[in-house]
Amino acid sequence: MTAHAASHDEPHHGGTTSLFLIVWFSLVGITLFEVFLAYMHLPAVTMLLLLIGLSMVKAGLIMAYFMHLRFERLSLVLLLIPALLFCIGMMTAIFPDSLRLLHLRVGG
Amino acid sequence: MTEHKLDATLDASAIASPWSGGGSPYAIGSKKLGMWLFIISDALTFTALLMTYSYSRLANPEWPRSVFPIWPAIAFSTTMTVVLLGSSLTMVMAVAAANRNDRKASVKWLIATMVGGLAFVGLHLTEWRHLIEEGATLWKNPWGTPLFGATFFGITGLHMTHVMIGVIYMGVIAGGFGRGKFTSEDVEVSGLYWHFVDLVWMFVFPMIYLMSVKY
Repeated sequence: MTAHAASHDEPHHGGTTSLFLIVWFSLVGITLFEVFLAYMHLPAVTMLLLLIGLSMVKAGLIMAYFMHLRFERLSLVLLLIPALLFCIGMMTAIFPDSLRLLHLRVGG
Repeated sequence: MTEHKLDATLDASAIASPWSGGGSPYAIGSKKLGMWLFIISDALTFTALLMTYSYSRLANPEWPRSVFPIWPAIAFSTTMTVVLLGSSLTMVMAVAAANRNDRKASVKWLIATMVGGLAFVGLHLTEWRHLIEEGATLWKNPWGTPLFGATFFGITGLHMTHVMIGVIYMGVIAGGFGRGKFTSEDVEVSGLYWHFVDLVWMFVFPMIYLMSVKY
């Protein structure tokens, strides 16, 4: 039923049911891979970088397909995403301070 | 240009020359643009919270680094992730049905999404109860620095609040769309919100749960 229905989708809205299913299975697959990584006893920094990387891929897939951003005007993407990434980048400036705190500790 | 009320469906000429006035340069309705701007600001709220969590963890040698056992915590949180992803898929179906003006199917998919959201909340509260029974509260926990409890319940609690608000929001939209009071754009805008709630969990789950597995 759903596959038949998707054929009526106007191009403006973008994406067919099969495309959304592929995206969904990729998201579940990445999630299960992340859980598998949790079994591997990886060093914290490696684990963090892998998880952040995979989560960003998932966020990209959700925004591009589920939230239709891939089918919107480029001007909308440029309005939203660079500002978000810039602000997130600015926030990472606090991390050298947390390491400094760690080394300031007595016996730390 | 500002006096022009933008319709959910833009006419072709407005898309062809957005800068000549009369249309939005983003080619979307004001409700959708408003929701996107809210999502970006809310994303920064969650980013700030997750950064605070990471900052505190990095600076604290007493931070509990192995908290969540594979059973039940990781099993529960993984199930929650799949349930939330599943509800995103049903939301995509609801929006697709709304766009072809199939109101009955859209409402059915919206209800399925709400059931997914409620299942997520139920699983999450059960998972919280496990931790509370082990002695974790906002002010203390058996594993290390008290700040862990405050940040853990703060971040996951704020996310759960978003899920609950989403379920209510979808209930309102499903009721109104079924009666013909709302347009397909309203369903699409509620879809944006729901996918965002899902997206946030895609960062909360690995950073809070998977980074603190107890072997």
